[in-house]
Amino acid sequence: MDFGLGEEQVMLKTMARDFLEKECPKQLVKDMMEDEKGYSPELWKKMADLGWLGLAFPEEYGGVGSSFLDLAVLLEEMGRALVPGPFVPTVVLAGMPILAAGSEEQKADLLPKIANGDMILTLAFTEPSGSLEASGVTVKATPAGEDFIIEGTKLFVPDAHVADYLLCVARTKDGPNKEEGITLFLVDARTDGIYTEVLKTMTGEKLCEVSFRNVAVPKKNILGKLDQGWPIMKRVLDEATVAECAWMIGGARWILETTIDYAKERIQFGGPIGRFQAIQHKCANMAVEVEGATSITYYAAWVVSENDPNMTLAASMAKAWCSDSYKHAAFEGVQIHGGIGFTWDHDMHLYFKRAKSSEVAFGDGDYHREKVAKMLDI
Amino acid sequence: MDFAYSPKEEAFRKEVRDWLAENMKELPEWWGRPDVLGPEVDSEEYHQFSLWWHRKLYDAGFVGIAWPKEYGGRGATLLEQVVFGEEIAKHRAPGPTNLLGIGWCGPTIMAAGTEEQKKRFLPKMLTAEEIWCQGFSEPEAGSDMVNVQTRAVEDGDDYIVNGQKVWTSGGHYADWAVLLVLTDPDAPSRHRGLSYFLLDMHAPGVTVRPLRQMTGHSEFNEVFLDDVRIPKSLMVGEKNQGWYVAMGTLEFERSGIGTSIALENTVKDLIKMAQEIERNGQPLSKDPLIRQKLAQFYIEGNVLRYTGLRALTGQLRGERPGPETVVGNLFGVELNQRLQDVAVHLEGPYGRLMRGSKYAIGHGRWQYSFLRSRGNTIETGTAEIKRNVIAQRALGLPRDPR
Repeated sequence: MDFGLGEEQVMLKTMARDFLEKECPKQLVKDMMEDEKGYSPELWKKMADLGWLGLAFPEEYGGVGSSFLDLAVLLEEMGRALVPGPFVPTVVLAGMPILAAGSEEQKADLLPKIANGDMILTLAFTEPSGSLEASGVTVKATPAGEDFIIEGTKLFVPDAHVADYLLCVARTKDGPNKEEGITLFLVDARTDGIYTEVLKTMTGEKLCEVSFRNVAVPKKNILGKLDQGWPIMKRVLDEATVAECAWMIGGARWILETTIDYAKERIQFGGPIGRFQAIQHKCANMAVEVEGATSITYYAAWVVSENDPNMTLAASMAKAWCSDSYKHAAFEGVQIHGGIGFTWDHDMHLYFKRAKSSEVAFGDGDYHREKVAKMLDI
Repeated sequence: MDFAYSPKEEAFRKEVRDWLAENMKELPEWWGRPDVLGPEVDSEEYHQFSLWWHRKLYDAGFVGIAWPKEYGGRGATLLEQVVFGEEIAKHRAPGPTNLLGIGWCGPTIMAAGTEEQKKRFLPKMLTAEEIWCQGFSEPEAGSDMVNVQTRAVEDGDDYIVNGQKVWTSGGHYADWAVLLVLTDPDAPSRHRGLSYFLLDMHAPGVTVRPLRQMTGHSEFNEVFLDDVRIPKSLMVGEKNQGWYVAMGTLEFERSGIGTSIALENTVKDLIKMAQEIERNGQPLSKDPLIRQKLAQFYIEGNVLRYTGLRALTGQLRGERPGPETVVGNLFGVELNQRLQDVAVHLEGPYGRLMRGSKYAIGHGRWQYSFLRSRGNTIETGTAEIKRNVIAQRALGLPRDPR
């Protein structure tokens, strides 16, 4: 019985923390909010050199051969540093499905390039309906000779404007069972007919509208099997959800620690405000929620790592809890900082906005609670 | 990261399971049956039932599992203790009684008592031949526990004790108490003026008066001490070191897994009730708002469980308790309160009926547990004090102005 990090995981965590404190200061985060690409190619290369991009890929594909759990350890530190750019889209949203369902040729071609930092990918899944269900996939892919023609609009696609490939989730067959007839396509982003527009976001993340107008994709670029893409997507969604939670607990813990430091330093009424019970109790409440979030997220990451059938239940439990707890921490983080917590200059708003944004990404608390209720047969 | 137990622990688990399978058949009909009205928790019948079951557990080697063998314990490991707690909770079996004794008084005596005191008191504590209670709180010493006024004055080989204790759980049937008294009112700090004694509850001058709680029961008491003589040999630790003796009690197992599992069982019961009650033509469990609450309780039960396992991991690794250790207890009691609140809420108008009433759902089990749960955030440290402790000890914030 050991529900803790192993030695190597602790080393990864420490090393990532030190590296990111130096290489990803808050100024970079703020600059990237205004930057057209939204990420630093220099930092991207350094992360590739550290093996981070290929952390969870097998060595034969240029990776390190670590587990999803190890990746979660890294993601927590990246979430703490609010690392800007397409890391999660490339590694988790596209890299992991390619690893799980790609042909030998696709894996041998794409995974080493991802690991080297030479390729950026993203997942084009959600549509204007915002649905996370199979029935939400309406962008069509129609066969035409050796190709499929994709037509329709995807929304909230992260970093599509800098991606080399888009993993597009399209409907190739329509019938009463919406989970059948979904196909995943690896679409070259330079293909004619793809129109990408970066949306203005609260966090400065680059979420895009991607319009596919008669976009031709070769049949060989199908990931997995024709019409049978949904099972791959379900796994992607579980992993994406837990990856988001890992990112979230990193940020939540930054808020907790930063707020406690402030409460010890800020002097009012003749002493640090941290001596007042109202402040102490808010911090204690934050600690309860952040510790809880850490517990349930690492449990979920372990479940995913182990390929345990409880994966979807664990992911939903973690996301429901983290959706609320990161947000609550952020509310109190601003509040305890008083006036400066409300300013643009202070870093707190970066986390506050990420917390709110993460709350609604990959399903909010209500959505996941209902999923849990269904899975428990309530 | 690995949630599995070792073969030795799994073998112990099997031993516990097999014993429970055999012996739970002997439990009275009312145990664990919401549709059968059992004796009140503060009744003599319930007390005798607790002692009877405790004796069976003791004879099977399941009491004081992690206590040293020399004092009558099993000398088992921390994880075996955890496994036992898991199985009792999973099977909804009664646990041992004399919990204040075995859980608190005993470990304190083990940490600070003399050999004579250990030999005299520990074995009978384990068998529950002698029941223990805790004489710490007073009318003027609640959260401010150090503000003890009960006075002990030296007289030959004894001390003479005068004062009053309050909230003494089980005082009405206890044989012995641990007692915190003021021996030096002029000490430089209040913490250095207290001493720790073992009190014979049957000694002349000890009067126990039950206190009635919100549920209607009397689980705790006032204890009046009028010129009670306590031999010096029954002082634990040095004179005026009592506060430190009380604080220095041996650490318990940090996982809280037994409580976690019990809470998870309660969530299951709540879900079942919601599935069985119909309103507006459908089970309550189909109402979206109620589904949200039920799912959230399930999630929170898991959050509690995994936080407890992190705390246990820290303990197994020999680490000092971190924040994950102290937050669990607070979270657990408040979760229980929220659960109980929703349970009565779900009963609708039937929520107004008390235990034993005609038409009461489950003989009013939720009424009892809802009312009783209000004490959970007050006893063993108020939620406010616990938040202070989390803030000051786990998070390093400064001491609050007092």
